[in-house]
Amino acid sequence: MLKTRIIPSLLLSDGGLVKTCRFSDPKYVGDPINAIRIFNEKEVDELMVLDISASHKGKGPDYGLIERFAGECFMPLCYGGGISSLEQARRIFSLGVEKVCLQTAVLGDPSLIEDIASRYGSQSVVISVDVKKNWLGRKCLYSASTKKTLKRLFMDYVSSAVEAGAGEILLNSVDRDGTMSGMDLELITQVSSTFSVPLIASGGVGSIKDMKDAVDAGASAVAAGAFFVFHGPHRAVLITYPKYEDLEKELGAMD
Amino acid sequence: MTVIVDYGVGNVNSVANMIRHVGGECEISSDPERILDAHKLILPGVGAFDSGMGALAERGLVDVLSKVVLDRAVPVLGICLGMQLMTRSSQEGILPGLGWINGDVRKFSFDDPKLKVPHMGWNTVDISRDNPLIAPEDRQRFYFVHSYYVSCDNESDVIAKCNYGHDFVAAFARDNVFGVQFHPEKSHRFGMALLRRFMEFSNA
Repeated sequence: MLKTRIIPSLLLSDGGLVKTCRFSDPKYVGDPINAIRIFNEKEVDELMVLDISASHKGKGPDYGLIERFAGECFMPLCYGGGISSLEQARRIFSLGVEKVCLQTAVLGDPSLIEDIASRYGSQSVVISVDVKKNWLGRKCLYSASTKKTLKRLFMDYVSSAVEAGAGEILLNSVDRDGTMSGMDLELITQVSSTFSVPLIASGGVGSIKDMKDAVDAGASAVAAGAFFVFHGPHRAVLITYPKYEDLEKELGAMD
Repeated sequence: MTVIVDYGVGNVNSVANMIRHVGGECEISSDPERILDAHKLILPGVGAFDSGMGALAERGLVDVLSKVVLDRAVPVLGICLGMQLMTRSSQEGILPGLGWINGDVRKFSFDDPKLKVPHMGWNTVDISRDNPLIAPEDRQRFYFVHSYYVSCDNESDVIAKCNYGHDFVAAFARDNVFGVQFHPEKSHRFGMALLRRFMEFSNA
């Protein structure tokens, strides 16, 4: 039976591993290669590495670092951050990465999704959708690189991305990021019930129960950051991953 | 030397990374001369059936591969699309496959909206019979990403099955020809064990 994928999502900033809270206040949590080695030993389902400094600072991907990640990663690896051309994606795939995650380059124009999907297949393109409440409490599409909410409706953005060939949707609730306070289930249901491609829910995981709730709400997979790198009430840095048996018991199978 | 056939449609580096990790030696090549000299072959691949067959043809590799695999009985492991190319044909395209295994490739089609296509993620396999590739252990799990699956004419070619909506062939083996639908290079210790067994396999 197909298992629900539980994906550690690691944030890079200038070569170091960080964790944010509501997309702000990045706290240094360690060396990324060391973290990937630990996650490898723990046999995680999949790994996502997002360079949050790349697009924001107008830099491209750090290929040397990505190559080292891929060499350590014996599970599927998704990389996001600073990808704005087919050539960059090609180079990343050639280093041993399975999937690229796109946001900044495709917020206005989905043609890069189409270029990559038609060459490398839809399964290799993940689109990142960040959703943040505005001052009226309305859920808006958010641009992580400019740190601004956008006028464009997030459902419209997802729709054009899926039509262009995106194979997975990484749906992130900015308001829940790093809070470990539970996921935005309403948002997950809204998106997963509208689109047929797999949805990776992210933002707010504080327990395996939160993951289960997201799956019940329609998520195909769950990504989390703080849950895997912080431990205890004082958020001490400690890399953990639940035992396979515990995940299986709580989450069961999908079919 | 084990040659990982690079025909431009697969993540060949992941496969090389894991083979080296389990202590094997390999090279990545699309050179017919190197392939003719190989003691073992790995045919990886991601993407559409016709673009895969087309890419092999463009590089002049279709006849070379068949010569090495069928005439010289060099052990070969097809991964994902590489496995599918070893059959006769696919619903995904119009080009004939390599035809080393009697079988065809079909598309997943489900009425249940919860069964998304592609079948993506970790799934367990059931071993159908003793074989040199996959150890006879229960609860082995592997990483799958595919929208099409292989259907074999001969049940005796099937060495492992997986279930997604219905049973399908997770792995086949016939003499020196091996194929796996999943990605051993991305299936941590289960994939390492499989690749180690393939590297140790000898039909000489």
